Amino acid sequence: MLKLLRQSPLSARIGMGIVLLNCLVAVFAPLIVPYGETSVVGDVWESSSVKFYLGTDHLGRDLFTRMVYGGRNTIALAFITTALSFLAGSFLGFIAAVKGAWTDQLISRAIDIIMAFPTLIFALMILSVVGSSIPTLIFTIALLDSTRVYRLSRAVAMDIEVMEFVEAARLRGEGIWWIMRHEILPNAMPPLVAEFGLRFCFVFLFIASLSFLGLGLQPPLADWGGMVKENAGAITFGIYIPLIPAGAIAFLTVGVNLIVDWFLHLSSGLHE
Amino acid sequence: MNNLLEIKNLYIEGFYEERWHPIVRDISLDLKRGEVLGLIGESGAGKSTIGLAAMGYARQGCRLTSGSINLEGIELFDATEEDLRLVRGSKIAYVAQSAAASFNPSHRVIKQYAEAPVHHGLMNYKEAEKEGIEIYRRLFLPTPEKIGYRYPHELSGGQLQRAMVAMAMSCKPDIIVFDEPTTALDVTTQIEVLAAVKEITEKMNKAALYITHDLAVVAQVAHRIMVLRNGRLVEEGETRALIKKPKEKYTRELLNVRALREEKSITDRMDVILDIKDVAATYTGVETVLEDIDLILRRGRTVALVGESGSGKSTLAKVITGLLPAIHGSITFLGKELPSELKKRKKEDLRKMQMIYQMPDTALNPKQTVRKVIGRPLQFYFGIRGQKAEDRIKDLLRKIELDPDIYIDRLTTELSGGEKQRICIARALAAEPDLIICDEVTSALDQLVAEGILDLLQDLQNKTNMSYLFITHDLATVKAIADKIVIMLEGKIIEQGEKKEILAPPHHEYTDKLLASVPEMDPDWLDNLLDERASTFI
Repeated sequence: MLKLLRQSPLSARIGMGIVLLNCLVAVFAPLIVPYGETSVVGDVWESSSVKFYLGTDHLGRDLFTRMVYGGRNTIALAFITTALSFLAGSFLGFIAAVKGAWTDQLISRAIDIIMAFPTLIFALMILSVVGSSIPTLIFTIALLDSTRVYRLSRAVAMDIEVMEFVEAARLRGEGIWWIMRHEILPNAMPPLVAEFGLRFCFVFLFIASLSFLGLGLQPPLADWGGMVKENAGAITFGIYIPLIPAGAIAFLTVGVNLIVDWFLHLSSGLHE
Repeated sequence: MNNLLEIKNLYIEGFYEERWHPIVRDISLDLKRGEVLGLIGESGAGKSTIGLAAMGYARQGCRLTSGSINLEGIELFDATEEDLRLVRGSKIAYVAQSAAASFNPSHRVIKQYAEAPVHHGLMNYKEAEKEGIEIYRRLFLPTPEKIGYRYPHELSGGQLQRAMVAMAMSCKPDIIVFDEPTTALDVTTQIEVLAAVKEITEKMNKAALYITHDLAVVAQVAHRIMVLRNGRLVEEGETRALIKKPKEKYTRELLNVRALREEKSITDRMDVILDIKDVAATYTGVETVLEDIDLILRRGRTVALVGESGSGKSTLAKVITGLLPAIHGSITFLGKELPSELKKRKKEDLRKMQMIYQMPDTALNPKQTVRKVIGRPLQFYFGIRGQKAEDRIKDLLRKIELDPDIYIDRLTTELSGGEKQRICIARALAAEPDLIICDEVTSALDQLVAEGILDLLQDLQNKTNMSYLFITHDLATVKAIADKIVIMLEGKIIEQGEKKEILAPPHHEYTDKLLASVPEMDPDWLDNLLDERASTFI
């Protein structure tokens, strides 16, 4: 593992640096910030000064403090959600591809039904029934995202499933779990890893849209997507405040994708 | 007569493992009008690289290092891209191995034919179409007026390959480079393409470079042959002289008629391993792809299942292994009737019947090491793990003649084709089977490598008394290893019996055609065959 890290290209190191920085900030949030997450400490949309490093938001809370806490909430939420959606989506996708026949039909049609609803409306429906809390938020977004992951992993696994080494494993009498774990998964990794990087970033944006409708992370909790929405009005007055959380999202996205690119290189055996 | 093409002291290098390695060393050749030069050798011999270099082209990751390539007075070695473009297609053209992959599937064949001459400004589309039909006629394509207006998938493999040859002719080049044009074809369709190649070189007076790994094929079309190995010239000579009296040992090895096996008789008293009775199968539920299959396989013997592609031989293997359940009939294996579905079969029965595939590339998981590939059946069937498994894996590797210390930790992608196929054999052996089904195991391999594999299989059979069901379309392989031959056509067995019975006349009509289509190491074979067929048509 250490050897692998030492061989990593510059781009991957930059990516790892970005992600590590974000994680450290998220973990040590209370030690870094000068104010409380929700306390109003200044005027509305003050510009940056020694007192407020990044200025204040639309309610007069310190933006730097909100950014740090927002990072903490957003990264944890996005990571857990994406991981969950990949676990469920790829597991079902592989089962559908390997089992085929009516198992495939059953799962695929069920997924089709979920996908038939516009995602936002589906999320609204679930969240307004069970109420918006962090666990329900994670569960809902993971469910919606897993449909996309399912589609991808099923298609990838179908391609691998027709290969003769899978047939050889079947003829040997291997069970479905072994085939999924040892024959299909290692070969399906490259596209899944690439998708992971993308999905991870989409989750921020989705939480932001939900926040806008009042069903995302509930105020006064901070999250980057929500902060863009809350402060969006400032743009019309030529104030840069909403660009800061937007920039943070972009920054982390780039970081994650630099690492993903490197993984992709490693797992696909490309050397250029 | 002047030489059309002269290559002098050509060196080509390829870039891999972080540095440049020579892949073609000091090759010189010349080619006159009306002459066909055969380049022969196993893969990695550099024959395709030389063929492409004749057009001034080096593949990605390769470079022409030194030497001279003179095409009708034009030096191609250091020519600019622009000059090369003028020459390629119009003076020299290339026919690739797989026509199916070289055609654009969404355009009609004749449109693709006309592309180059129209682009080079030689003629307009209407004229090109007319010429195309004429060339299709000369290459013996059926209904030449209509065939060009089909899409590539509507043509058979042999027809496509000839349409590809026609395409290469479209700008009336003086030289054509044929790169293994018949390797992917059945023996019966191979003849059509060879006849087309002869037509072009003899009647149209073109020169050609013919690249192949099959000496019997090149003997039919080439005037001179160059034998290559590892990028070096081994031997060069007139076709007849070279075949009659090869000077080098390597050429003699290539020439060796394959006869690996002493005759083994089959008697009724021997154990019946596999007994198939009245089996039929279907993919769609409507049409049967197999019908009335009866087959008996005895211990320690090899049955060869022969037929063209689409004759149902691989389907029969699927039925025997249970991947495609038979709709009726019975399969008795080692005295027990097997359930027709794979899922219902016992682990012990699965262990005793193993399979080896045509494409070793897809038959091995690219993410697994040799240790895991061979170790898994040991663990799965016998519960052998740890040091014991390690010893057993090494033992198996020695059996397939690979050095355990070098190979055990390699990924399957780090092996050559022949090595991969050996690993597949070791995987089958690990299960200690009574029957191995070999599905075209040598057809993706070079001749000498394939022979090595056949040797190994033969050797293993002598030691362990396993039985083989050998599926193939290559009759030379059959002659080399089979005890019994079963010939299939359109899902039915049309003839079966001991090898000497089947190979001796009188034959079934189809068997006759099949046997007659295998190229012999005789330069006159094709001419005689074509004459014979022409006279029977009249």
